[in-house]
Amino acid sequence: MLVIKDLHVSAGELEILKGIDLVINPGEVHAIMGPNGSGKSTLAHVLAGKEDYEVTRGSIEFMGEDLLDMEIDERARAGIFQAFQYPVEIPGVSTAQFLKSVVNSIRTEKGEEELNAMEMLKLMRKKVKELGMNEALLKRSLNEGFSGGEKKKNEILQMAVLEPKLAVLDETDSGLDIDALRIVAEGVNTLRSAERSFIVVTHYQRLLDYIVPDFVHVLYQGKIAKSGDKNLALKLEDEGYDWLKDEISVSSIA
Amino acid sequence: MAVNLDQKLEKQKTIDQLKDIEQDYKYGFHDPEDEYAFKSEKGLTEEIVRKISEMKEEPEWMLDFRLKALDIFQKKPMPTWGNTEYLNQIDFANIHYFVRSSEKQGRDWDEVPTYIRETFDKLGISLLEQKRMMGVAVDAVIDSVSVKTTFKKQLSELGIIFCSFSEAVQDHPELIKKYLGSVVPYTDNFFAALNSAVFSDGSFCYIPKGVKCPMELSTYFRINTAGTGQFERTLIVAEEKSTVSYLEGCTAPMRDENQLHAAVVEIVAMDDAFVKYSTVQNWYPGNKEGKGGVYNFVTKRGMCRGVNSKISWTQVETGSAITWKYPSCILKGDGSVGEFYSIAVTNNFQQADTGTKMIHIGKNTRSTIISKGISAGKSHNSYRGLVKVGKKAENARNFSQCDSLLMGDKCGAHTFPYLEIENKSAQVEHEATTSKIGEDQLYYCQQRGLSEEDAINLIVNGYCKEVFNELPMEFAVEAQKLLAVSLEGSVG
Ligand SMILES: Nc1ncnc2c1ncn2[C@@H]1O[C@H](COP(=O)(O)OP(=O)(O)OP(=O)(O)O)[C@@H](O)[C@H]1O
Ligand SMILES: [Mg+2]
Repeated sequence: MLVIKDLHVSAGELEILKGIDLVINPGEVHAIMGPNGSGKSTLAHVLAGKEDYEVTRGSIEFMGEDLLDMEIDERARAGIFQAFQYPVEIPGVSTAQFLKSVVNSIRTEKGEEELNAMEMLKLMRKKVKELGMNEALLKRSLNEGFSGGEKKKNEILQMAVLEPKLAVLDETDSGLDIDALRIVAEGVNTLRSAERSFIVVTHYQRLLDYIVPDFVHVLYQGKIAKSGDKNLALKLEDEGYDWLKDEISVSSIA
Repeated sequence: MAVNLDQKLEKQKTIDQLKDIEQDYKYGFHDPEDEYAFKSEKGLTEEIVRKISEMKEEPEWMLDFRLKALDIFQKKPMPTWGNTEYLNQIDFANIHYFVRSSEKQGRDWDEVPTYIRETFDKLGISLLEQKRMMGVAVDAVIDSVSVKTTFKKQLSELGIIFCSFSEAVQDHPELIKKYLGSVVPYTDNFFAALNSAVFSDGSFCYIPKGVKCPMELSTYFRINTAGTGQFERTLIVAEEKSTVSYLEGCTAPMRDENQLHAAVVEIVAMDDAFVKYSTVQNWYPGNKEGKGGVYNFVTKRGMCRGVNSKISWTQVETGSAITWKYPSCILKGDGSVGEFYSIAVTNNFQQADTGTKMIHIGKNTRSTIISKGISAGKSHNSYRGLVKVGKKAENARNFSQCDSLLMGDKCGAHTFPYLEIENKSAQVEHEATTSKIGEDQLYYCQQRGLSEEDAINLIVNGYCKEVFNELPMEFAVEAQKLLAVSLEGSVG
């Protein structure tokens, strides 16, 4: 589904990603961990097509297409969803209205009929209930004045409505209380299927107790320093990232 | 009057040009001019004014009013605020001051010429079907003459008068005499004087004591003929404890040369009366290079005469090459309320200078001003507003919020708030913000699958929400669509 080869990314003068190789097959969940500033969000942004970043080397293929050739909205319509680490506020536009515009613009693009207000509301209410969200949030301006946890849940709500092929969740767990964490994880798990893949960026093993990953990667200074199965996350939880430093310096000498 | 070959060729040229750009401006078609029954010679003279009055079979007092106004117009200098560079280009001698679309006003719908009816269809206003279904009473003014007023009968059962201005002069002279010029005298300003001298038609609306008008009253204005000015006049009188919501929509076809629109709107509200006046202004704004477009100089003013009366202006201004417009409220009655909600969008080379005047005269008067300016391209968008609190206006309150949104870095947004406070008990609050459309917001929307254009529309609609909320439902939908059209191609 997703094939990343030798990906180098810069923002201005700064090289952030320094050669990433990653293959994600349909149905797989990949967790990406790594210290602050290692480039996790940058990877998420580059997949979604944010313009602040320049790909200086390498390629990304998504569903057999050259992803780097596609506009931000084309990628979204092709099935890439980014749950933001810092969701953006849009004053005067309610969550319901936002989702309706998005869903209908995607449907129109596909030549499908638009959903009317009633159908849309029904769909959203169902998802809101499943996520244990407060329905009143649908009527409020998108993310404006939402608590940290409400913003994150709102990202998952959007994902549930949009049903993407590849969802990139960037620290969706931070800021969530224990119950919310479980609910959000359940939300993700219900969406897991043989066709749908996930990249889950997180700092905490705790989330991975609920969303059990097929692979865990450690991003360190712009490179994938280590890949493994779910046990790698446990090791990181116990030992932190320090041991990686030694391993990397050893490997770069060798 | 024979149409010579040159004129025909000229017309074909215009039609061809129109076809080229039609997709840019949805309302850019025009009716066959040959079918006009009467078109005045160009230029403004006493003779023309007399001719207009004569053709309309007006009584002596009406002609008198016009002639006095003409006298003022000819003595008054051009106004000097705003950007006058363009104004000097207006050649007042080169304008047709009066055009009549058919010999007689179509009293019966069947008598309305086919091409006019087709125009309405193209505009999406099928007077008979659509609006009746929506329960809106419509008076439509093409060029200068009021075409047809629907629903007159149902309204008259309630004692409501809603008719063309010309009819009102004939049928209700006592009311017109009493109120015409009572809020905007012909001495008021250059364009008000011009309008008073040559106004062609417009709408008159009278709501008797205690009556709540059961439907929205609506007028559509449209300039059709090349080189014409349109000078319509609207007068609304709301008696004690009455309520009315009035809608005004405007369109004009694309023309290379500039056209002049100088309207006057007067509102009078008695004790406990409420008048809500909503406008969606979509005159042709000129092309992308700034050629053509309507010069829109409008005097709109409401007088809250009675105790606890209320006048609320809502406007969505997307069209015109130049707009000067300041719908105002004179808060004379104690406890009276004035409101001004405005969205002004400018793109390409458009210039909008709009705002309001809130004149507090009575005690405990309140006013609210919410202005949202959106500038794109190389346009300029100014808010100009005056809040005046007179000596006797105890406990006057005003809240003003003026927001400007910039798209790109070649446009300008300006805010000119004027305050004249003569009473210490006044509480006046002013907030102003200027922002650029957020990159992060755009990215967020696009990441969900919206095109850049849809993303901009969504964000801009959110930004304008407080004003859209004030518009009647179907008007709000239309206004949102217009906003989207106006901003097309403004980013990227
Ligand atoms: N647009 C940008 N311009 C300049 N520098 C940037 C930009 N985006 C990211 N960076 C820098 O690149 C590095 C990686 O940032 P990124 O946000 O990808 O880290 P992260 O792994 O997501 O960190 P965290 O765990 O704190 O969220 C940081 O040093 C950051 O300051
Ligand atoms: Mg991050």
